[in-house]
Parts: sequence; C-alpha cells; structure tokens
Amino acid sequence: MIEVGALRKRFGDTLAVDGIDFAVARGATAALLGGNGAGKTTTLSMLLGLLLPSSGRIRIFGEDMLRHRYRVLPRMNFSSPYVDLPHRLTVRQNLTVYGRLYGLASLSERIDSLAADLQIVEFLDRQTGKLSAGQKTRVALAKALLNEPELLLLDEPTASLDPDTGDWVRSYLEAYQRASGATILLASHNMGEVERLCTDVMVMRRGRIVDSGSPSSLIERYGRDTLEQVFLDIARAGDGGAQRVAAQ
Amino acid sequence: MTAATLESIAREARDGFSPARIAAILLRYLYLLKSSWPRTLELLYWPAIQMILWGFTSQFLMTNSSYVARAGGVLLAAVMLWDVMFRGQLGVSVSFLEELWSRNLGHLFVSPLRPYEWVLSLIAMSVVRVIIGVVPAALFAIPLYHYSIFTLGPPLIAFFALLLIMGWGLGLIIGALLLRHGLGAESLAWLAVYLLAPASAVYYPVSVLPHWLQYVAWCLPSAHVFEGMRAVMFEHVFRLDHFFAAAALDAVYLAFGGAVFLLAFRSARQRGALLQMGE
Repeated sequence: MIEVGALRKRFGDTLAVDGIDFAVARGATAALLGGNGAGKTTTLSMLLGLLLPSSGRIRIFGEDMLRHRYRVLPRMNFSSPYVDLPHRLTVRQNLTVYGRLYGLASLSERIDSLAADLQIVEFLDRQTGKLSAGQKTRVALAKALLNEPELLLLDEPTASLDPDTGDWVRSYLEAYQRASGATILLASHNMGEVERLCTDVMVMRRGRIVDSGSPSSLIERYGRDTLEQVFLDIARAGDGGAQRVAAQ
Repeated sequence: MTAATLESIAREARDGFSPARIAAILLRYLYLLKSSWPRTLELLYWPAIQMILWGFTSQFLMTNSSYVARAGGVLLAAVMLWDVMFRGQLGVSVSFLEELWSRNLGHLFVSPLRPYEWVLSLIAMSVVRVIIGVVPAALFAIPLYHYSIFTLGPPLIAFFALLLIMGWGLGLIIGALLLRHGLGAESLAWLAVYLLAPASAVYYPVSVLPHWLQYVAWCLPSAHVFEGMRAVMFEHVFRLDHFFAAAALDAVYLAFGGAVFLLAFRSARQRGALLQMGE
C-alpha cells in the first residue's frame, strides 16, 4: 500500500527526514512515533504530496506519488488538528465543498450519513469556527472520510481532546478500519493511542526510523511494560542507542 | 526554471481537468460572501463612493475645463474602468488570501484539486466580485449624473475584458508573492495596483507623462485601454492599434502571472509552506 525508500528532506542546513525506508501493508494501522521535531509530520506531508522530498521514493497504491499524485489523491484523505477548515463556512458547507472536490455522487446522503455516524448532526449548520476542539476534530474526521478513503493519514488525531472525546475518536477509527478495511497511518505522541490502534509502529528520532515493529514486539524487545516506557528508552538513548538498548 | 519543474507542471496540467472542482471552489467563495453581508457591502461601497466623488468633480469641471467639457463622462468612465481592473485584481488576491487566513491550503491540496483549477476558480470569483462591485455603480451614475458608461457601446466590452485580464495577471503575481512571503506581504493585495496608476494614464493622456514614463505606460495594457477609451469618447473612433497592443500585453501579463504563480506554488511545496501558511 505504502512503500517509502531512501526518503530524505532537507530544509537548508537541517535534515528533517534522513533517508527513511518503510512499508505499510494494505489494511494495517501503522504509526509514526517520535518526539517533537522527529520528522513525523514532515514524512506525512511528503506522503500527502504537500511537501516535495529532497530525494527518495514514495509509492502509494503502486503509483509513484511524486509523478502521479492525482491518481492517488482521490483514494486517500487526511486529518490534522493543525490544518483548519474554513471557519466562516458552516460544517455542511465545508463538507459540501470538499465532497464536490472529490466528485462524490449522492453527496447530501453521504454528508447526512457521516453526520449521524460522527454525531455532528446538531451542528451541521453552525459555523465551523464556533465549534469546540472536540467538535472540530469530529468535523475534520467527517471531511477526511467523505471519499471513503482506502488510505487515511492522521496527524495527531486526538491532540488537545479531553480523554472521553479522545477515546470516542479512537473507537470510531477502530470501527471504521474494521468496516472498511482501510489502511491508516497516523503520527502521534500518544503512546496509549498507538498501543491500542496500531499493528505496526515506526519510531522516529532526528529524522530517522530508529526502531520498528508491532507494539507488543517492541515492548518485549525492550523489556518494558508499556510503549511509553519503550519510547522514553529510545528518546533518552541518544543517536544509535535504540538498537543498543533493545539488545541489552 | 529546471526541466524537471517544467515537466512536472506540464504533467499536472495533462493529468485531468475538472470544471466540477472549479465550481466547488467557486461555491466555497460564494458561501463566504453569503455568510457576511459586510463583505458584500464592501464590494459595492468603494466603487459607489468613487463614482459619487468623481461624478461631482466631473460636474464641476464640465463648466471649468474644456477637456472635460468635450466629453462629460470621461472621468466617470475612467474611474469605473479603473475599478474593473482594481476589483479584478482584488478578486483574485482576496479569494487567495481567504485560503491563507483560514489555513485551508493543506486540506485543499490533499484533495484532487489541481493548482491551475484553483487559479481558474480565483479568476471566476474575480468576475463575480467585479460584477457585484462595478455594475451597480455604473447603474447609479445614470440617474445621478445623467451619464451611462454603456453609451460607449461595444468597445466597452473590449475595455472591460482587457482591464479584467490585466487585473487577473496582477492578482496572480501578487498571489505568487504571498505564497513566497506569506501574510507579511498581505498589504500588497491592496497597494500594488496603485503603483501602476500614474503610468496607466487613467484620467489624463499618456502624452502628459514625462518622456521616460511614457515608455513604461506603453508597456501597460491599461494605458492603451484608457487612451482607447478617450479616443472613443472624444474622437468617436475605436483605435484598433491600442486594442491589439493591450490584448497582446494582456496575454503576456496573464501568461507571466500564471507561470509565476504555479512556480511559487511548487516552491511552497518544496518549502513545506502549504501546511504552515496562515495567520
């Protein structure tokens, strides 16, 4: 589904992503894990085509993303709390505009169905800018699911949400993934979330993938009880320390 | 421009074109206009105020200036046509700014929307904004000053189109600067066009300008249009030489604006600015 090879992104003197390789299988839920500035969002941006890599390869659905992204984009979507939908448009207007951009047939029915699923019916006609953080997250998710994407990229999907709303979003994503068979790749700081949702984890540090595996295999390899402890071990081990810590 | 960049732009252009996506973005700007009556009022306000000020000025000069007395509506026609260009440019630039203000570029460009489709939707919205702003002002001038710009006849269509296209070209160049420098360059959207006003010879003939500035003027489609307008009003002739010069220059401005905009868009993708740009 996703194949990334020798992917590199340099901003001036800073190497934000340093030659990473990874693959995500169809139907998997994978996570890019890492601290601030590890390169997660930069990697997601390159997968989305919003950011051009300095070098490397990205293949999604077997297509070269750098050459044929318009063959890929209709089959994927994205949500991030850091990228807003227009505030002055109502939720329904925003979903209508994006639905039309994706060329959806029966758009009204699709919006109504998503609104019911995501419990946003009551504020469909409210301005998007007047919603709470939790409501905005659900609306952003509705926008991301409009085209029933085969690949869903999520940047910190539950950032700044209260525990109840965060749990609700995670449950929804689990249900969506089960029902649709979609592939999900998310970037997150939330170890509990990653442990619960993901089958594969790639831990990033300073633009590199320093370790990867399933949450349980990482926990076992590092001799820890939780993914958070593994993350802290890796974060504090310094450059090249991840494999060393795992080997101890 | 590298060969790879050119090839990439050409490939994106070939990869499919959808009027439905252009209509979707146009709908987004219309929703925005509908959601705020002050925005719609603002579109009407400046052209109407300009028309009122220049209408009274014209009435005064009719009895005090042989130049204006020769064709009473010359200043009113000039101010309305100037507004066509200004509103045409603003229509592109402000719709573009709406996306920066709402930090919406990230969502737009993970959808199948092509950058050139976005450009076409900005242009379509510019036509809507010009019609909302300038047509009512032109209609108000008829009962207020007994002057109808529509008496220019078919040349009016040519003047309108030529100025509008120049406005689009400028709007795209300003859009490119905004993509490069972000909202720090926001005021360019309102100010840049006035840099061209003196050389555009809106209210006076090009011959009034210093010799060196006349060379600059003849490089502006607007100067040809306003000379052409005065020829229609004073001499009752449609000057084809000015028409073709303005049309050729418009083609250059629009092509240059479009190319610079698409290159700035690609540069924004290289710098990661599409996700970061906003208030």
